[in-house]
Amino acid sequence: MSFLTAFIKRLAWSALLILAVLVLNFLLIHLAPGDPADVIAGEMGGATQEMLDDIRRSYGLDKPLYTQLWIYLSRAIQGDLGNSFFYNTPVLDLILGRMGPTLLLVITALLFALVIGTSLGVIASRKPNGSLSYVVTIVSIVGYAAPIFWTGLMLVILFASVIPIFPISGMYDIRLQGGALERALDVAHHLVLPAFTLGIVYLAQYSRLTRASMLEILGSDYIRTARAKGVSEFKIYSKHALRNAILPIVTIAGLQFGAVISGAVLVETVFSWPGLGTLAFESILARDYPTILGILFFSAVLVIVANMITDMVYRLVDPRVGVGK
Amino acid sequence: MSDITDKDLIAESPLSEAWSVFRRSGLALFGLGLLIIIVLVSLLGPIFYTVDPFDIIWAPFTEPGVEAVVPLGTDQLGRDILAGLIYGGKATLLVGISAALITVIIGISVGAMAGFYGGLADNILMRVTEFFQVLPPLLFAMVLVTLFSPSLPIVAVAIGVVSWPATARLARAEFIRIRNLEYVNAARSIGSTNNRIIWRVILPNALPPLIVSSTLSIGIAILFEAGLSFLGLSDPNVMSWGLMIGSGREYILDAWWVVTLPGAMIFLTVLSVSLVGDGLNDAFNPKLRAR
Repeated sequence: MSFLTAFIKRLAWSALLILAVLVLNFLLIHLAPGDPADVIAGEMGGATQEMLDDIRRSYGLDKPLYTQLWIYLSRAIQGDLGNSFFYNTPVLDLILGRMGPTLLLVITALLFALVIGTSLGVIASRKPNGSLSYVVTIVSIVGYAAPIFWTGLMLVILFASVIPIFPISGMYDIRLQGGALERALDVAHHLVLPAFTLGIVYLAQYSRLTRASMLEILGSDYIRTARAKGVSEFKIYSKHALRNAILPIVTIAGLQFGAVISGAVLVETVFSWPGLGTLAFESILARDYPTILGILFFSAVLVIVANMITDMVYRLVDPRVGVGK
Repeated sequence: MSDITDKDLIAESPLSEAWSVFRRSGLALFGLGLLIIIVLVSLLGPIFYTVDPFDIIWAPFTEPGVEAVVPLGTDQLGRDILAGLIYGGKATLLVGISAALITVIIGISVGAMAGFYGGLADNILMRVTEFFQVLPPLLFAMVLVTLFSPSLPIVAVAIGVVSWPATARLARAEFIRIRNLEYVNAARSIGSTNNRIIWRVILPNALPPLIVSSTLSIGIAILFEAGLSFLGLSDPNVMSWGLMIGSGREYILDAWWVVTLPGAMIFLTVLSVSLVGDGLNDAFNPKLRAR
């Protein structure tokens, strides 16, 4: 199968998945207890009759279910995810406005976890029973067991009173005057704690995985052959072993995108980071169903795109997955 | 050289062999002990410590270790933190275990069908699994709980519904590995029904890795429950550790203990579950222990 065919197949499947998420959203609106019009209005029993009639008409709620599904899908595909009655804006605008901060947070956290995590894993693999190996194991156990919002709150306590060097809330300082560079540095400064909190869980996982797969690879025949040929230790690690050890980790990182977004919801809430997570939290408090369903849809799309990119990168990097010439 | 007695000739049953490996790991035993203590305190504690965790019994923001009546201090309303820690465990453990049970039942059923029948059934079931994997689990659970109701059963079902795909994939892989082994063919040749082969012949042999992953899914479910209650998405009338953190988080700069202590309980519970899981993993796969 050539790369192009694989790509097109993957694209078609992704489109189908996106459609399926929309159908799920539609079903959720109808499965929820109460009148669907109430659910769409997002104000249980509080919407005016006029408003409800308007919703019934525009979503065709008096028509058979499959017609309603059709109307819902065609509206969604045109970018109409409904209106947020709480914010009084189209849901799509609301989400697009909050997506940047979330992507910034998630990607920074993942990169941090990948770079530091694999490095720690490689260093630990040089001495399987050394002290760093123990640290890696302990950090990964702790990182798995500590609730991420709690880790965040502990960091807030630490950096608010004990060592106040990083801001603990928000994305920028509104009092700041200055050019683009100052503002970017300010955002980066605010990003440190949220990205660290989100990244540390995955850093722990990746360091443990890297260590395990490096140990396995370093014991394999081709590494022994390379050593016998007199290849330098540095080259063996960097060229022969790491390239093979890192592949599964990149794949896992790509596939974990959904879990990372889930974690971001909690981290954003803790640090008041103005992304999709805080939006989800606020719209749940306000029972703003169109917004919360829109966020579910959009984050699923992000995951689908991330999975697709991972799959394609994997095909390009790993010669065993047929690329064809 | 010691004499060989007939005791050495009796083959150990797989379970007692696993237990003897498990027993030798200090960390696994520590986890098991910790877990037993947490479960006992959560179940029996309310009998001995009868302070209602919702009752306002002392001045707000009393520090731990200052008043003997409230040894671990009080929260922003003056409620007893110790009572919260003791009573809060039950909801967390109950939701965690039932959610893990739902995860395991859906996961094993889907994985078993896909792995055993293969072909079209496998294709369709795996596509459904992939669909569930693109939904960010916490967000999906948040939507389910918001749309339905924030009660303990709904929270447990929501967590179960979002976490089964990983178990399904594992079960499928095990079923594919086992389905063509000799003893399965033997069962087939004497005319066993597919149902019998799936549940009575293959499943028992696929259990070890599934037991390990089920243990770990209890830990994950507990973290989910904590996250949902932290966001205010659980029954507000049932005390839980996540609820304590969520309601106290605005005051952390004045009262560190209000969020730190319940968080530490969640941490210790998940830690104990995952240490037991790791221990079981080593016990069932002695070959992997070196890593």
